[in-house]
Formats: sequence, structure tokens, C-alpha cells
Amino acid sequence: MMSIILRDIRIGARAGGGMLIGILFFLAVIAVVPFAVGPDLNLLARIGPAILWIGALLASLLGLERLFQADREDGSLDRMILHDHEHPLALTVFAKCVAHWLTTGLPLVIVSPALGLLMNMQPAAILATSVTLLAGTPAITFIGATGAALAVALPRGGLLVSVMVLPFVIPVLIFGVLAAYGAVENPAPFMQPFLLLCALTLFFAVLGPLAAGAALKASSD
Amino acid sequence: MRLVVTDLAADRGSGPIFEDVSFTLAGGEGLLVTGPNGAGKSTLIRAIAGLLRPSAGQAVVEGGDSDFPGVSDDYPEVGAAAHYLGPFNAMKPTLTVAENLAFWQKLAGGTMALTIDEGLEYVGLTHTRDLPFSYLSTGQRRRIAIARLVLNCRPIWLLDEPTSGLDAASEREFASLVREHLDYGGIVVAATHLPLPVEGMKRLEFAGAAS
Repeated sequence: MMSIILRDIRIGARAGGGMLIGILFFLAVIAVVPFAVGPDLNLLARIGPAILWIGALLASLLGLERLFQADREDGSLDRMILHDHEHPLALTVFAKCVAHWLTTGLPLVIVSPALGLLMNMQPAAILATSVTLLAGTPAITFIGATGAALAVALPRGGLLVSVMVLPFVIPVLIFGVLAAYGAVENPAPFMQPFLLLCALTLFFAVLGPLAAGAALKASSD
Repeated sequence: MRLVVTDLAADRGSGPIFEDVSFTLAGGEGLLVTGPNGAGKSTLIRAIAGLLRPSAGQAVVEGGDSDFPGVSDDYPEVGAAAHYLGPFNAMKPTLTVAENLAFWQKLAGGTMALTIDEGLEYVGLTHTRDLPFSYLSTGQRRRIAIARLVLNCRPIWLLDEPTSGLDAASEREFASLVREHLDYGGIVVAATHLPLPVEGMKRLEFAGAAS
């Protein structure tokens, strides 16, 4: 499993592209919001966590379709399916998801504080948003893996993956933003939505790879 | 050990591709599947490997009684006992040759036959060790993919157009590699429309394309 993670991180780092595109898209979304909303600093600070979450969500959907497609095109996927005996496909998918999150999700979490400044957010709100993104973006990857696996055989399935995955990531978005608000607005709780967010991530960390593994196996027919 | 294929049939939605393919290969025996393009050679290989669910019949490995190094008595499916060399090389262009091979060697597990350097020497490409895979020519890429076969001990080789892109000399080298594998007690099923000069292989001829 470690060898798959290391390989995919190496590919992600060397091929460039993927990692930066996500960050640039995230930056673009956040940078245009103040122009659209206007120079109302209080309003920006209030909608900040939600906008950061939406930006991160869309940016993580961006690279999902390539998760298995590159492996399918060069024949690697066939061999991974054949190695099912030594390395269950679900674990292989899990490893690929971890590597994918480390190369595309984690950079988004890391740049989110800087983008929070663009939204005039308070330090506490920035910290809370980054923590919820850290806990929530893995869930997006795990859910997305199922969508990517289902669409792996389709050429240009990118938009389809996003459309399939979006309904399932909405709970992640709701609890992520709820927890981020809970940290700064007094009566709202932080802990409960945050724990639910963590639970979602753990739940999909199991279900996503299992479903994606089954879908990949069926796709080789 | 034996590879037993009984009444195998495959269907790809548009009607049957082949039906009632049965054969048994014992250790040291090879099968050459020939036929024109579209006759179903690749489909047969994929069905034996377990990548494609056959519409009828099955392919199983009967274990035991083999001198092949690192062979176990009991394989749950053919894929676990086999190396599959498909039409694609399954190597990442941005990784170096050594990194690519190391990854597959580790993933395949089981008994290591040769180290990466020995494997590269085997195919005569030691100098490409630290080059990105994308720098290699088509024939060299194929030879690297072939080197993977000798890194891990697996008794069954399922080869789909193994010599595509190879020059005459490499083709002969590959034929001697197949011969060597058979001499060790291995089993080879090769689908090809190019002649593979290995003596003593059985032949299975697919007639014209299913229309």
C-alpha cells in the first residue's frame, strides 16, 4: 500500500499540473468573490467560511476524473485488478485516494488561511475553516473515487463525475460550514458538527474504496 | 500444476466472440493463439486472466506437483498465478525505468526471481535505468515491460501480442526467454499474429473475425 501511495505522490509531484491547477482554481474562485459581492468587509467576513468551503469543494472535484483514468489508459489498472489476490482492490483504491488527497486536497487546506485573509476573516474563523477543511476534504476524495471509478471507461467523463458526486458531498459541505461558523458565532456549536464531519470522513473512507473497487472490477469487463 | 480451461465462452453484448474453448496445459507446455485481427485472441487472454467475466465455462489452475520456483499448491484464481503482459506497457512516463519496475515488483509480491538491475541486464537495457520511461523508444518500452516478467516468479504467463514493436533480434531473445520459462516448468499462453519462434508450443487457431 505504501508503494502505491509513494508512486502516486511521485507522479503527482513530477507531472506538476494537477496540484497547481487545483490551487489556482481555488484562488480564482476566492479572488473574484469580493468583486462580485462588493467592498462590504463585514459581509465578506460573514460569508467567508462558506465561500472557502465552496471553493475547496469545486477545486477538489476538478482533478477527480484522472484518479483512475491514467491507470486505465496505460494498462496499470488491469494489473492492479489482477493483483487483487495480494492487494485487495479496495485497499489499492484507498491508497490511491490517500495519495490523491495528499497531492491535491492537502495543498488546498494549506493555502486556505491565506485565502481567508482575502475574505477579511477573523483569525479564529480562518483557523476553524482550515481545520474543518482538513477533516472534510478527505471525504470528498473518497466519495469522488466511487464516481471516478464508475466513469473510468467513459471518455471525457469529468463533468459526469462531478454531477454524480455532488449530491453525496453536500452533507460534508453542510457540516463543514456549520462547524466553521460554530467556532466564531457564539450560540452555534462547533464540536457537534465537527464530529459529524469527522464521522462522515471515516464512513466514506470505508465505503468509498469498497464501492470504487467493485466498480473498477466491473469496468474491466 | 496445470492450467485447465473448460468450455470457455465470451460475449461482448454484440453476440458471442468465441465459444467452447477447452484446453489443458501442464507445466512446461505453451499455447500459441493465432488468428486475424478481431478474432478474439485478446478477449481469450483477458477471460483466462479473469479480467473479463466469461459468459460460460471457466479457467482454473490446478496446483501442486511443480518444480517451478516459488509456486504454491493452491491458487484461488488464475490471475494470482499469472503474469499478464497486455497490449499496454503499464508504465508511468514520468517515473524512471527503475522506479516503474520496482513498483510492479513490490506489488506482485511472492518470490523475487531477479533484482531490477539483473532484470534490466536480461533485456539489455541497463543504461536506461535512471531515465524517465517516456524517453524510451517503442521497442525499448516493450522490452522494459517484458523485464517485469522475470522479476517475480509466476508460473503462468499470459501474453497478448508480446512482441509488438520489437525488432528481429529482440524477438528472438524474447522467444528464448519463453523457451527458458517453459523449461523451468512454467506455462505460457501467447496471443499473437506475428510468428513466435518457440519450438514445441501447441497452437490454437482462431478463424476469421466474428461478424
